[in-house]
Amino acid sequence: MARLALVGNPNAGKTSLFNALTGGSQKVGNFPGVTVEKASGHLRLGDRDVQVLDVPGLYSLQPVSADERVASQVIRGMRKTEAPLDLLVCVLDATNLERNLFFLSQVAELGKPLVVALTMTDLLEPTVAGAMPTSLSAMLGVPVIAVSAPKNQGLSELRAAIETQLDESMPPVDWLEQFRQARIADFASTLDHHSHWVLPETVEKLLEEPSESETLAAEQLEKLQLLRDELKPTRLRYAWAQQVAQSVLPIGISTRSRRVTDRIDSILTHRFFGLVVFLGVMFLVFQSIYTFAGPMMEGINSAFSWLGDVVSPRLESTPMLQSLVVDGIIAGVGGVVVFLPQILILFFFIALLEGSGYLARAAFLMDKLLGWCGLNGRAFIPLLSSFACAIPGIMATRVMPDQRSRLATILVAPLMSCSARLPVYVLLIGAFIEPQFGPLWAGFALFGMHLVGLLVAIPIVHLLNRGVIKGQRSPFLLEMPPYQAPKWRDIWFTIAIRAKVFLKTAGTIIVALSIVIWALLYFPRSEAQQTQWRSEYAVLTPAQKEVVSEDAFLAQRQIEQSYLGRFGHAIEPAFRPAGFDWRISTAILAAFPAREVLVSSFGILFSLGGDVDEESTDLRKSMQAATWPDGKKLFTPWTAVGLMVFFALCCQCMATLATIKRETNSWKWPIFTFTYMTGLAYLAAVLINALSKLWGAG
Amino acid sequence: MTFRQLKKGHRARIVRFSGDLPHLQRLQEMGLTEGAEFEVMKVAPLGDPVEVQIRGYRLCLRKQETAGIEIELVP
Repeated sequence: MARLALVGNPNAGKTSLFNALTGGSQKVGNFPGVTVEKASGHLRLGDRDVQVLDVPGLYSLQPVSADERVASQVIRGMRKTEAPLDLLVCVLDATNLERNLFFLSQVAELGKPLVVALTMTDLLEPTVAGAMPTSLSAMLGVPVIAVSAPKNQGLSELRAAIETQLDESMPPVDWLEQFRQARIADFASTLDHHSHWVLPETVEKLLEEPSESETLAAEQLEKLQLLRDELKPTRLRYAWAQQVAQSVLPIGISTRSRRVTDRIDSILTHRFFGLVVFLGVMFLVFQSIYTFAGPMMEGINSAFSWLGDVVSPRLESTPMLQSLVVDGIIAGVGGVVVFLPQILILFFFIALLEGSGYLARAAFLMDKLLGWCGLNGRAFIPLLSSFACAIPGIMATRVMPDQRSRLATILVAPLMSCSARLPVYVLLIGAFIEPQFGPLWAGFALFGMHLVGLLVAIPIVHLLNRGVIKGQRSPFLLEMPPYQAPKWRDIWFTIAIRAKVFLKTAGTIIVALSIVIWALLYFPRSEAQQTQWRSEYAVLTPAQKEVVSEDAFLAQRQIEQSYLGRFGHAIEPAFRPAGFDWRISTAILAAFPAREVLVSSFGILFSLGGDVDEESTDLRKSMQAATWPDGKKLFTPWTAVGLMVFFALCCQCMATLATIKRETNSWKWPIFTFTYMTGLAYLAAVLINALSKLWGAG
Repeated sequence: MTFRQLKKGHRARIVRFSGDLPHLQRLQEMGLTEGAEFEVMKVAPLGDPVEVQIRGYRLCLRKQETAGIEIELVP
C-alpha cells in the first residue's frame, strides 16, 4: 500500500485537510516508544488504497526537541518503526507564505515526490488568490492545488494530483541551490569589470578559501563578508522564500481577515477588556465542565446502577460472580464512562477555542502569570480544567508544544482540587467545622482546600524544572493566527478521537484495577463467618438494631476482615502520627482508585451501609460519635482538616494515573506522580496532627 | 537595543545575535534572521510577551528569551 504524509507548519490547516481526506477511517495512537501522537487514515484513489499519515506540525526539519526529532525522522523516512513514505503533501498557508515556504523548501530537498496543498486562500482577495496556485506551481515545478477543507473545495483536484505524482514520481528540483547560484552571479556582476575575478566560479572560490581574498581591496572584502553572511543556510532560505512570496503576493497587501482580526484583537487582548473577556470565557468553560457535566454524570451513574440492579438477581445463585459482575465490572466500567461528559465538554471548548484562534490569545494574556510559576501561558486551560477533573485537564496538555512545560503541567495538574474531592470536603466540613465554627469558617475551609493544591504546585513546578524533568527547553513562541469561523467537522473529530483514546487506553487500566480492588474487598469470605455474624446481629438489642441494619452490620464486618481491611489495620501504626485509626486508614486505602469512594467507605466502616452520601446526617453523627479504643474522640476539627489536606494533595485516582500513562507513554511518570503526591499528603497530614498537639499543649 | 526597550508601534530591524542566545536556531527558523524587519503590534497586559508582525505573520515572544538579539529602530 502506498503511504503519504501530510506535513507542514502548525496552524497551516493540516489536520482539517487530514479530516477531510480520511473521514472516519482515522486511527490515533503513539509512534512506538515515544509520546508523539500518530494519526493515520485511509484515502481511496480509484482502486488504490493509500495510507495517509498526519505528522505533527513543524517549523523546521531541523529538530530542537525530542518530539520534533521523531516527526522529522518520520518525514525523512529514517524512523525504524515506520515504513518509508512514497509521497509528501506539504500544506502551505497562503496567508503566511514566507514562513511556510521556508519549511516547504526543506521538505523539497528530501527528493520525494511532492504535492503542495495551498490553504486559507479564501482569506485573501479573490483576484490574488485565484492566480496564486498557477504562479506558485510554475515557479516551484510541483503541483500546487488550492484547497479549502471546511468547504470541501479542491479536494478532488488534490486527489488527482496525488494519484499522478504517485504514478510519475517526479522529485522537485533544488530551488535553493539555483537561488544561491543566481545570487552569486548577481554579486559577481556588481564587482569591478577590470579586475580578474568576476566569474561566479571565482566568487565561489573566494567564499570557500578566505586566503585567496587577501589581494582584495578593503571595500571589496567587506562586500564579500556581507555576501558570506547572506549565504548562511537559514538566511538564504528565507531570502528565497521572501522572493517567491513577494512575486505571488504583492507587497504590503493587508488581507481582509487580518483587518478583522486586528479589530477583534483590539478588544480581546486589551489590557482591561481583554482580561475581562478572558475571565468570562474561562468561567463559561469551567462552569460547563463543573456544572453541566453534573446531570450527565448522574445519569451515567444511575444507568449503571440500574444495570447492576437488572443483572444482580439473575446471578443470585452464584454470589461471588454476582458481586464480581455488579460491584467489580459494572461499577468499574461505569467509573470509566462517568468521565466522558467532562472530557467531551472540555474538548468541545478546546477545539472551538483553538480552531477559532482564541486559545493563542488566552496564552498571550496569561503567559507572564504562569511564567512566574515556571510554566507558560498554554498551561492555563489544562490547569483550570483540572479543577473540575484532572483527566480532561491532562489530556488538554496536547495544546502545549514544549515537552518540558507539558510534562511539568501534567505532573501538577492532579494537585488542582477536582470535583471528586468536593464530597469529601462537604462531609468533613459539614461534620466537624460548620457545627463548631459556623458557616463563615466552613466557607473559608472549603476555599482553603481549593487553594492548597494550587499553592503547593508552584514550588513543585520549580523543583521539577530544576531537577526531575530533563531535555532541551524550548522557547515560548506563540503564533497569533487570524480569527476563523469554527469548523464543526474538525471539532467533532477532536471530541470523538479524545473520547475513543480515553475509553480505550485509560479505560482498560481503570477496569482492571477496579476488579483488583473489588477482590481485595471481597476476599477472604466464608459462609461460616457470615452465619456467625448473622447470629451476632440476632442477639443485639432492638435499640441497637434500630441504628444498624443487618446488611450494614455484615458489610462492616466483611470490610474489617477483608484483605483491604486487614491491610488498613496493619498500616494503622503508619497513619497514627497523622491521627488516623484503622477505619480512616482502610477508607483511605479503599479510596485510592477513586477518592470519592471515601464517603461510601465511611458509610460501611461506621456501620451505616454503603448507600450514604456526603449530606447524610446519620453518617455525620456516627463520625462525630466515633472514638478511639480509649474513649477519646476519633475526629477533632484538626483530624478533619488533616484528612481534607491529605485528600487535597494525595493522588487517589487511578483514572488520572492511567491518563498520565497514556499521555506520557511511560509508567515512570504515573508512578512518580503517585509517589510524590502520596508522600506530600502524608507529610502534610502528620504535620497538621503535630500542630494540633502543640496547639493543645499551648 | 533589545526587545526590552520596544514599545507598541515601533518598527525595528535585527542587527545581530549575541553568541550565547539559547534558542538561536529556532528563532531564526521562525523568520527572525539578521536584517529582518518587524513591527511591534502589542505588548501583553502584564508586560510580556510581545506580539510582533514579521514576515507577514504574527509572533509572540518573551522579552527574556530574546535578550541576545540586538535590534535597531527603523524610522
